[in-house]
Amino acid sequence: MHRTRVRIVEDALDANNTIAAANRADFDRHDVTVVNLMSAPGAGKTSLLECVLREPIDGVRVGVLEGDVRGSMDADRLASLHVPVVQLNTDPGFGGECHLDANMVRSALPALPLDEIDLLVIENVGNLVCPAEFRVGEDARAMVCAVTEGEDKPLKYPLMFRSCELVVVNKLDLLPHLDVDLDKLLHHIDAVNPDVERILASAKTGAGVAEWRGWLAELAARRVRTPA
Amino acid sequence: MHELSIAGAVVNTATRHAEGRRVAVVRVRVGRMRQVVPDSLRFCFDIVARDSVCEGARLELVEVDVHLRCRACAWEWLPDIPAFRCPNCSSADVSIEEGDELVVDEIEVEEAECIAPG
Repeated sequence: MHRTRVRIVEDALDANNTIAAANRADFDRHDVTVVNLMSAPGAGKTSLLECVLREPIDGVRVGVLEGDVRGSMDADRLASLHVPVVQLNTDPGFGGECHLDANMVRSALPALPLDEIDLLVIENVGNLVCPAEFRVGEDARAMVCAVTEGEDKPLKYPLMFRSCELVVVNKLDLLPHLDVDLDKLLHHIDAVNPDVERILASAKTGAGVAEWRGWLAELAARRVRTPA
Repeated sequence: MHELSIAGAVVNTATRHAEGRRVAVVRVRVGRMRQVVPDSLRFCFDIVARDSVCEGARLELVEVDVHLRCRACAWEWLPDIPAFRCPNCSSADVSIEEGDELVVDEIEVEEAECIAPG
């Protein structure tokens, strides 16, 4: 026996990125814009989606892919809003994956009515770490950061905060009850991802929901449609 | 949890390039932006590698410091905290020169001795 060196120099996530590109091509073929929505558990992704989907978004037909480790609680909540919702559970993976990867999203494609929607919101598994590593074929990434998480989260999870085009700062209604300095939180977001778009919101009071709806409408409008 | 996902990706990459040969060493370059805990990654690697050609392989990690460069004024620096605005001119147009990579550089595989036909 002897040893041979094999030079590789390959991004460890290349395999995922290749599948993400295939997903993206499928979405493009159906003229569907995709946003990957991420946050820590309990930051309010589903609540903010509920708020935004209660009214139509400027002629944009929305579908939702709900990623959860287990269960369909979030999908059930959204189903009453009359938008197509597909549940994706990561549980059959290695003890329940803590994120969606490109292959999991690929497995859900046949269940998605891509011809009937213009915008697909992929609600990722609540987690500020792993989802940042795995592209799934999205056009844009958005995240929700609740003020209850404290001011320091952007500095602790820079990969996530840097990878997003939009940060929705949620639970603003709770500020009077917290020792959280909003300016400091916004300053930290700016330090990690300078000039990132920000929306100050509260799913409870409805603050910022119109802006969030506007951002989604604009994202969908960015797409140059292929002629039918 | 994070290290488990990454260990899986590293094992898959190494296995694909090993083409059936047994892997003895896997060399990975990981930037500090990726926030990987080396001991945790080695631990996860050993578990994920079980029952694959990477089982028992040694994972060698090289950690790379974050190195930033301002595209506006060409200022270069190594940040202590993940702050990406240029400390010299405040521009947001900053590139990460090094420190966000997660690259499988090389593997060492075991080859059966080649016996020339008599």
